[in-house]
Amino acid sequence: MVVWVPDWPVRAHALAAEISPDSPLAVVDRGLVFACSAAARAEGVRRGQRIREAQAKCPGLLALDYDDALDHRSFEPIVSALEALMPGVQVLRPGMCALRARGPSRYYGGERQAAQMVLNTLASLYALTAEGGSTPAARIAIADGRFAAEQATRMPGWPATPAQTHAPIIRIVPPGGSPAFLAPQPIEAIGDPALATLLRRLGLPTLGDFAALDFRDVRARFAEAGVHAHTLSSGSDVRRVVPRLPPQLRDVEMSFEPPLELVDQITFAFRTASERFVAELTHALLVCTSILVELHTENGAIHERSWGHPRWFSAADVVDRIRWQVQGRTGAGNGALGSAITKVRVVPQEFDSIGNYEAGLWGSTPDDRVHHGLSRVQSLLGHEGVMTASIGGGRGLAERQVLVAWGDPVEPAPKVPPPWPGAVPLPAPSTVFERPQAVTVRGAKGEPLEVSQRGVLSGIPSLFLPVADEPGAPVERLRPLQGWAGPWPVQERWWDAEKARAFHRFQVVDASGTAWLLALHDRRWWAEARYD
Amino acid sequence: MVSEPAVLLAEATPGPARVAASAATGTAAASGTVRELQERIKQMQSTRLSTRSLQTVPALAPLLPGGALQAGASYSVEGSHALLMALMAGPSAAGAWCAVVGIPDFGAEAAARAGVELDRLVLVPHPGDQWLAVASAVIDVVTVVVTATPPRLSGAVAARLAARIRQREATLIVLGSWAASEATLRITESTWGGIGQGHGHLASRQVLVSSAGKGFSGQKRQTRLWLPDAREQVRLVNPGFGAGAEGGWAQTDLADEWAAFAPEKLAG
Repeated sequence: MVVWVPDWPVRAHALAAEISPDSPLAVVDRGLVFACSAAARAEGVRRGQRIREAQAKCPGLLALDYDDALDHRSFEPIVSALEALMPGVQVLRPGMCALRARGPSRYYGGERQAAQMVLNTLASLYALTAEGGSTPAARIAIADGRFAAEQATRMPGWPATPAQTHAPIIRIVPPGGSPAFLAPQPIEAIGDPALATLLRRLGLPTLGDFAALDFRDVRARFAEAGVHAHTLSSGSDVRRVVPRLPPQLRDVEMSFEPPLELVDQITFAFRTASERFVAELTHALLVCTSILVELHTENGAIHERSWGHPRWFSAADVVDRIRWQVQGRTGAGNGALGSAITKVRVVPQEFDSIGNYEAGLWGSTPDDRVHHGLSRVQSLLGHEGVMTASIGGGRGLAERQVLVAWGDPVEPAPKVPPPWPGAVPLPAPSTVFERPQAVTVRGAKGEPLEVSQRGVLSGIPSLFLPVADEPGAPVERLRPLQGWAGPWPVQERWWDAEKARAFHRFQVVDASGTAWLLALHDRRWWAEARYD
Repeated sequence: MVSEPAVLLAEATPGPARVAASAATGTAAASGTVRELQERIKQMQSTRLSTRSLQTVPALAPLLPGGALQAGASYSVEGSHALLMALMAGPSAAGAWCAVVGIPDFGAEAAARAGVELDRLVLVPHPGDQWLAVASAVIDVVTVVVTATPPRLSGAVAARLAARIRQREATLIVLGSWAASEATLRITESTWGGIGQGHGHLASRQVLVSSAGKGFSGQKRQTRLWLPDAREQVRLVNPGFGAGAEGGWAQTDLADEWAAFAPEKLAG
């Protein structure tokens, strides 16, 4: 038995983005249309089209980026509901799953009744959740093998909307009738485009024609891939339904009534829950290396963030992550929590066997000690308080040093760093200012300097003061420069109005022998870095 | 207190010291010998039973008491991140963890190029008013701790920190002044090469680093270093002179070295 909800990805993404699934939509994966809604299909959008092509066909098309995890996650309630109904569900992909038909059909008194049961469950599930939009038009087909059942769900002739009678939504291929059912299907159904094209050119337009060949000839000509396709098309699909193991839910959640506003209240309340969470994992000989923390607020918003851990989460670590997330959100700025927190949910994302993290017999390694110490500092200062650095790409100095919070995964640097033409020449400055500092540079007579449109400097930089210029200050305060080089024009991201930068870089050596990397922008001088 | 036994010892020492002292023109040599012997006594009278040396960049050896960074000691560097990085490079390359606390302007790329392993470098840019707690926690686990002290730090706090460093056998390098430091390093002269008047770019630098502190019993040492040279290495200028002797650097063949390392830069 195969249950298929057509256009599942579109539906899942539309609901996540709070758009009606009935509007023309396309889910786009790497520039190609991965799935589209019925409205878009009516306009001529097809799977596998390029996004430009699809937009040309249907100008009102809304493109959503494909998110695999979202797709699977949204299908999860349906799978759980089916599992509650009949055992042994295999998820073929989000939106389609296979079940063993024999047991349930005996239990419910017939294949049609069993299928009807599934439909009713799905309908009630959607009535309960009331997610808006139309009920998904689930299709059920029962056949001897998975392939035949899958083809039966895909065959044209299904009702367009579920508003019509329920009966045609179930299609049953009688036992032993699979070969006859598959025979008139087009050869493309075997799911191997290269082979299908070849077979069609060889004069085998349907599965029946292909199945009529002797399998030894097929093996001689097409090897194992061909034999597999031949078995499928002759209706003797030997693949069994491999039921998934229902995952054991290890999430912990805690609701607060009345809602809590203070960080300390929340973390204190969650402490026992997080201890239980870690204890349960330990009991199952697992450790958790990554968690997702969800904060539900009183006004219905959900803030979620995933946290990694270089080793594994202890109960205190989980509480720390919740604390940081709440603290990060309650501060000013975007994403601040608008209201009190009603529920905290911790979902483990990655597990590992506890054996891989066992401490040695004679204590732990030095790096573990470092980690413990730094985690303590993090609990004092917050997650972003302790950083590790790595060297990234870029022409600017600040953007080359990538700071990552301790515990977060560091992106490995490429083995051969790409060239950055226009980057500041080596050696690298030992002081890179967090914020550029205003400095004063003047010509020999104290006149201000500027760079013309053609990149010509109006004078020779001769006087320097490592603080901002005060209007009316005497020129005598400025010290002479020993050497200078520049201007080196920098024009970055001119295509992006917000991030565009255009200025001129200089290197200067001041009277004490300290060198500076300066930037001249709009007649104002800034020190980006110092070579001290 | 230290000088007395040193004098006794100097007199008791047969051989070169007495010969040098007796020579009419040998006063300078004698004072050098006395100083050397004083140092030996000081080492013998050390408050600690044994000190463990950390691996240090060879160019910095003449500037540090004992020729290397000592575990459980503190040092200070004034006004130069490049010197900090050069000090960190040796232990870091030997597998030690380093931490930089309270220096938000620390140039990570320069540190990596100076030889500091970024995998074992931890930055705490803004400890805020938790400086002492952070510094103590970091000292517990990290071998080399580099920090800038908050503007007002009481003597008691500093003493507690120094005790903690000794106990944990960490090495503290303070950017700024630090009363308990074994040696204070500062750059007294700095000359950049490769940059001219409107052309070239910064390529290499020669510095005169002076070092003073209780580790040298109040004396001052000076060494001329490339920081960095045209190949981004830290090394002594003309190693034959600078090593070991205070003020023993020679200016004679500076120009030759410039020419050897950056001939095209000389044009400016």
